[in-house]
Amino acid sequence: MELTTVWFLLIAVLWTGYFVLEGFDFGVGVLLPFLGRDEAERGTLVRAIGPVWDGNEVWLLVAGGATFAAFPEWYATLFSGFYLPLFLVLLALIVRGVALEYRSKSDSTRGWDRAFFWGSLGPAFLWGVAFANIVRGVPLDARHEYTGGPLDLLNPYALLGGAATLALFTLHGAVFTALKTTGELRERARTAARWTGLAALVLGGAFLLVTQLMTGTAGTWASVAVAAAGIAGALVATLRGRDGWAFAANAAAVVAVTVTLFGGLWPDVMPALDPANSLTVHNAASTPYTLGVMTWVAAIFTPVVLAYQAWTYWVFRRRLTVTR
Amino acid sequence: MDVLDLSRWQFGITTVYHFLFVPLTIGLSVLVAGFQTAWHRTGNAAYLRMTKFWGRLFLINFAMGVVTGIVQEFQFGMNWSAYSRFVGDVFGAPLAMEGLMAFFLESTFLGLWIFGWDKLPKRVHLATIWLAAIGTNISAYFILAANSWMQHPVGYRLNPATGRAELTDIWAVLTNSTTLAAFPHVIFGAFVTAGAFVIGVSAWQLARRREVDLFRASARAALAVTLVASAGVMLSGHWQAQIMTEQQPMKMAAAEALWEDETSAGFSIFAVGDVENGRNHVNIQIPYGLSLLSTNTLDGKVEGINDIQARYEKTYGPGDYRPVVGLAYWSFRLMIGFGALAGLLALAGLWLTRRRRLPGSPWFYRIGVLGIGLPFLANTLGWIFTEMGRQPWTVFGVMRTAAAVSPGSDVGEVATTLVGFTLVYAVLAVIEVRLLLKFIRKGPEPEDAVHQDEPALPALSY
Repeated sequence: MELTTVWFLLIAVLWTGYFVLEGFDFGVGVLLPFLGRDEAERGTLVRAIGPVWDGNEVWLLVAGGATFAAFPEWYATLFSGFYLPLFLVLLALIVRGVALEYRSKSDSTRGWDRAFFWGSLGPAFLWGVAFANIVRGVPLDARHEYTGGPLDLLNPYALLGGAATLALFTLHGAVFTALKTTGELRERARTAARWTGLAALVLGGAFLLVTQLMTGTAGTWASVAVAAAGIAGALVATLRGRDGWAFAANAAAVVAVTVTLFGGLWPDVMPALDPANSLTVHNAASTPYTLGVMTWVAAIFTPVVLAYQAWTYWVFRRRLTVTR
Repeated sequence: MDVLDLSRWQFGITTVYHFLFVPLTIGLSVLVAGFQTAWHRTGNAAYLRMTKFWGRLFLINFAMGVVTGIVQEFQFGMNWSAYSRFVGDVFGAPLAMEGLMAFFLESTFLGLWIFGWDKLPKRVHLATIWLAAIGTNISAYFILAANSWMQHPVGYRLNPATGRAELTDIWAVLTNSTTLAAFPHVIFGAFVTAGAFVIGVSAWQLARRREVDLFRASARAALAVTLVASAGVMLSGHWQAQIMTEQQPMKMAAAEALWEDETSAGFSIFAVGDVENGRNHVNIQIPYGLSLLSTNTLDGKVEGINDIQARYEKTYGPGDYRPVVGLAYWSFRLMIGFGALAGLLALAGLWLTRRRRLPGSPWFYRIGVLGIGLPFLANTLGWIFTEMGRQPWTVFGVMRTAAAVSPGSDVGEVATTLVGFTLVYAVLAVIEVRLLLKFIRKGPEPEDAVHQDEPALPALSY
């Protein structure tokens, strides 16, 4: 396999990891005001993601760093082009991270909970908008610089993408909460999973269908089907009270959605409206030497990271009970 | 202001701000790990209470370092896309390595440390804080390797076909002499920062005679760390100065306001310069100081700004290759001054607290508290010197800062993000300092509240 292919796959894996992991902690943030009726319940919800959210977010940082190292042109075009949306994502992540760390240390948690809510909702929506635009193609000039304006990114297809990821991540947060809590909180999370599951099925289904018809290949039909089956499976498992299966099924759905997006992208990494200016895995890539070095680094350290992150989830595997 | 100016201000503000938290994180993580190790070894509950007290302040600071670090990962692409395209092949590698080897390590194991008190065996729990501390130090290494490549590009070639820098030797990048000197300088500086912080907070408590044993022990440990680290900062700084004289003579000349080539050059203490005509009106010097510092000999030759400018015009074509001399001169001097004061403070503190003594006069404690500011000033001025002294280059001798900025961005966008980041950062700074003060005033948890067998301590959990 060519190294550029390896790195395209690896970056897809990093984004997949990011969406599967931070997806549920975004969802918990979005659901916080609806599921947590009092301070004890909200505290429990935040504690459910407390030990892991920061490790989850590192997947994004590594995706960014890996893109810089392996596809510098992609990194440069994407982040300079999607300037204001990325700025909003960064602000949201800053405020959200501080809220998560400081809420229990502050006298009043209300402001922090609001920051956590908006800081979760914003990126959950905006990542969908960003990826929809990447897949759809944007105006690039011959130097691969983005020539559109910020409002061009808010086209209907991209907004549908944003709504789809928001619904999907909220569902992910709901099934995660159901899996991690007990009693009333769990019941409320299961109810939320039913509603957000329907929303995810409709919005995600519509988004994936349009994506598939626009850029899909025969292979991505399979991932679209897996995504739909995953969301439906999460719904069914929730109805039957099988929280673990619901979470696993929805995690599979998040994986399948990301696979569909990256599958539709290949072999471009950032298609331009004028195909002559498109960034591909070849013209955006670093030299074979750099890719070779980074392949060794990734081959050695990715399994190590996966092992200790998995161990963290094992250590904190117990359900949390609300204590008043 | 144009896009270039705004982008530079944005990078400067966000990076200097980020680096207020980073050195404290690096140093304090190791100190907290050290306290916990002492508890593990001796079983003395005072060490556990110290671990928890300093650990909580560490976490308040760590959170700010993490969230402001996110911006750092992306702003090269946002505001400096031309730079990113040009150097990504070389510069991206250490950044990606930092994420994979360091960020995952520190964030994952810190989560385990915070929430794992009652879930992990004691020994494993101790290991988690050490792994997090190691992660923060590894992180510093890779980011300094990336920065050092901008100061002294090695292990690459320029591809004439694409006009880009291409990595040819990763080992050369990772063992760049600039990195090898900068890393100990930054790490020792981080220990001075954490040391001064612990000294200052302990001084505040000791002045009120609160928890005297606990804070005396904290202060003594921090004073020793600060003194040793100050010596390390000076030695590594000396090494750095010599490397800089060789690799970036203009930066050194500007740091000294040395206009003409000189042998037996003196170290300037105070100068008033005339940039226009390339000379000083007033210059008070320590004889031979600069030659000694830069070349280890009394009569070594040090190049002057005017001579280097003439030489660079021949090499790189017409242009002004001088950094802002006044800024380089004063940031360099004040960095050394504030750093040296922190070291002296530690020395005095060790003397004053010798053999179970504690000074009586409140002034000693007040000075101890004020001393917290010294390393922060020195760190900030040090980075301003390093980065501003490299101008007009972003990659020394290879790419100018003016050529590095994103060609597509417009003033309105960059101004929006500049104002946005600055406002949010300002608000967060206020919140962070208030939170630190709250927990400093509150003091350590009472002895019976910190027993190991208790379930997750609210103080250290969310």
